Amino acid sequence: MEYNAYLIANPATPCQSVVIDPELCTHCRTCVNVCLTDVMVPHPDKDKPPIVLYPDECWFCGSCVEHCPEPGAIRMEHPLNQRIGWKRKATGEYFRVGMHNPPPPNTRPPVG
Amino acid sequence: MPAHNAPIGASTLKWPYPIRYEEETEVTADVLILGGGISGCHAAINAAKRGAKVVIVEKGAVIRSGSGGAGVDHWHNAFTNPCSKYTPDEVTELTAHIPEYPSFPEGYGAGHITYIERMESWEALCDMEKMGMKIRDVDDQFVGAEFRDEKTKLMFAYDYDNKHVIRVQGANVKPCLYKELKRLKVRIYDRVMATGLLTEDGHSGSRVTGAMGVNTRTGAFYIFKAKATVLASAQALRLWSFSTELQGLAGEHDDPNSAGDGCAMAWQAGAAFTLMERSMPVAGGFRYPAYGTGNAHNTWFACTMVDANGKEIPWVDQDGRLLKTVSQRYRLAPGQQLILCDPAPTPLHPDICGASLIPDLSERIMKGEFALPFFADLPSMPEHERRAIFGLMVGNEGKTRVPIYGAYTQAGFDPDKDMLQANVLSPMLAGMFIPWWSGAGPPQWRGVSFGYGGGLIVDWDLKTNLEGLYATGNQVMGACSHTIAATSGRYAGRTASAYALNAQEPVIHRKQIQQEKARVYRPVKQKDGIGWKELQAGLSRVMQDYCGEYKTESLLKTGLEWLNSIRESEAAHVCARNPHELMRTLECMSRLTVGELIMHASLARKASSPRLNFSRLDYPQIDPPEWNKFITTRMQNGKVQMDALPYNYWLLPPNVPSFKENYEKHSLR
Repeated sequence: MEYNAYLIANPATPCQSVVIDPELCTHCRTCVNVCLTDVMVPHPDKDKPPIVLYPDECWFCGSCVEHCPEPGAIRMEHPLNQRIGWKRKATGEYFRVGMHNPPPPNTRPPVG
Repeated sequence: MPAHNAPIGASTLKWPYPIRYEEETEVTADVLILGGGISGCHAAINAAKRGAKVVIVEKGAVIRSGSGGAGVDHWHNAFTNPCSKYTPDEVTELTAHIPEYPSFPEGYGAGHITYIERMESWEALCDMEKMGMKIRDVDDQFVGAEFRDEKTKLMFAYDYDNKHVIRVQGANVKPCLYKELKRLKVRIYDRVMATGLLTEDGHSGSRVTGAMGVNTRTGAFYIFKAKATVLASAQALRLWSFSTELQGLAGEHDDPNSAGDGCAMAWQAGAAFTLMERSMPVAGGFRYPAYGTGNAHNTWFACTMVDANGKEIPWVDQDGRLLKTVSQRYRLAPGQQLILCDPAPTPLHPDICGASLIPDLSERIMKGEFALPFFADLPSMPEHERRAIFGLMVGNEGKTRVPIYGAYTQAGFDPDKDMLQANVLSPMLAGMFIPWWSGAGPPQWRGVSFGYGGGLIVDWDLKTNLEGLYATGNQVMGACSHTIAATSGRYAGRTASAYALNAQEPVIHRKQIQQEKARVYRPVKQKDGIGWKELQAGLSRVMQDYCGEYKTESLLKTGLEWLNSIRESEAAHVCARNPHELMRTLECMSRLTVGELIMHASLARKASSPRLNFSRLDYPQIDPPEWNKFITTRMQNGKVQMDALPYNYWLLPPNVPSFKENYEKHSLR
């Protein structure tokens, strides 16, 4: 197997904050224009998804995810040091955000 | 490949927006609103409804900017709602004996702002309903709930007896306001950072005639000429705390764009400030996602909490009586007349305080009676309360719909079955009435969220000491809440437009514009230099060391020397490589100015005050009566002037000693 290694500077922050799926993104740039801290910029190539240029400035408000017209095209994830767990009352099992083999999603929508 | 993983030495992609440094655009308005958050939007809407030509300038994007950008769940002080048991005047009378009131969270509040809030909160909410926000249980999801009124379908929080805090489905509050702004043809300038106020003759202390600003994507320069200007840009957050390795750059709870630009601009123009010496300890990045951990408070009120072994932590009323049922947590104690809201983040006066967990919880944790970590026992809550906490409140409050409700349910969390863990705090903090997700930071880190800062002084017209300059929301004396922003905004929209529609055309001075352009573009003309982050980290360090938990004259004076020295040295050598970095650099300059303001205000208060979270080692006397006043600071001819105002100046001459009469005279209803 051939390996390549690159000179890459330390990332700006211990997480990526926002991740865009290039397969689902339609390059509408709604996320770019809704973000209050201007974390993303349009890619100079208009057929590529926006660049998450300032992940360290992300406020984790979720507005980009809220306004994106393509479900799943953009994800916002809290980093590991921001993840909490919960206990299933009946069984005492402990689960958490980001675990391996998570329980199935709860699909009930919020009120509103 | 994400940009932050890009290989060094590879060709760098060009900035995707056209560069327009120094290119000028002139805009004219009757009313100019600086800041497109909640108070700015309500101000713009109400000025436009009065026939004024309105321009709103926003550093981010109005559709989602500001601390209210990602939603709201509680609508406070709605005393004129149809179910309310008290009128605003009755509440004002009832709370008159409480020195900490009238204002949230405690002490040294803005009495007129609070009265306006009580008078107009319900009306502002009705405005939101007309704009498309759901303020009632229109979908009948909570029929039969104790907090729901059958007739109006309004849902209440905290005080189910008196019904004045309304639970709202406000996740889309900002898009609703944005749509209304467009409908009213308010001109919106997104991605423009206001950097300086324009004054009539180019001097400070004169009539304010508009503002200047810079586009955060292109760097273009804007000249906004206006008859009336409304400052709605909140305060300087993330002044003491800064870390690139902590989430959100270790900022505070609220909008990270709040860099104190409005404060800095107003200070340079000669506006008068007060309470800038107030601050509080902050966790910065040492906290969890807001509302995202098991809790008994605020958005999570009044969830049953259990310890690691499932043992329930008892609840008591404000007199310390153990409560037997969940329902009792939302009711008045025997003999109590009113519950204003949740005790967190600071315990309120017992007369107006609601239920809480046992007051000696800290000691009992230390003794081993309750084992950490704690869990929010949602499954044990009555169904409607459970769904209200996780679904209505977490789901509509800011930063919860996607980050908490969405992320946690996606990961399998089910409130019917699961108990969300509370983050682990030291026993001494875990027993206190704070929103637990807010964590604990180093003692030298301070901040001004939740109403713990200061700001501009305003009169009953919400006008500052400068003609033509008004202020709203968190910009005013540190007043803080969504409803304060909404109500002060709509009020100032009326008063500012009334002034503007009769005011003289403003005249602009080229010299002021040239000076501002030289100042704002210096960082992009540097060939090399330090980055803005190094400057910000340095400023924060100075604030931590010289304006921290314990202040003294020698520390504060050294701090001022440091800030001045930074202004001459490192701040003069920041290199901004694109308009975004320019924005962040200019924000540092705003923070530097606000830091100086805070140090001057701290020097002026020669007494300590727990109510202001203000401790002086050289003046340790606590709240001596002669210091129960507002200390005011402003710049005049380059020198800092200190003055004082009585703690209840809004009821003293030139005003009348009646909230109701002052309101009737000034509110333009």
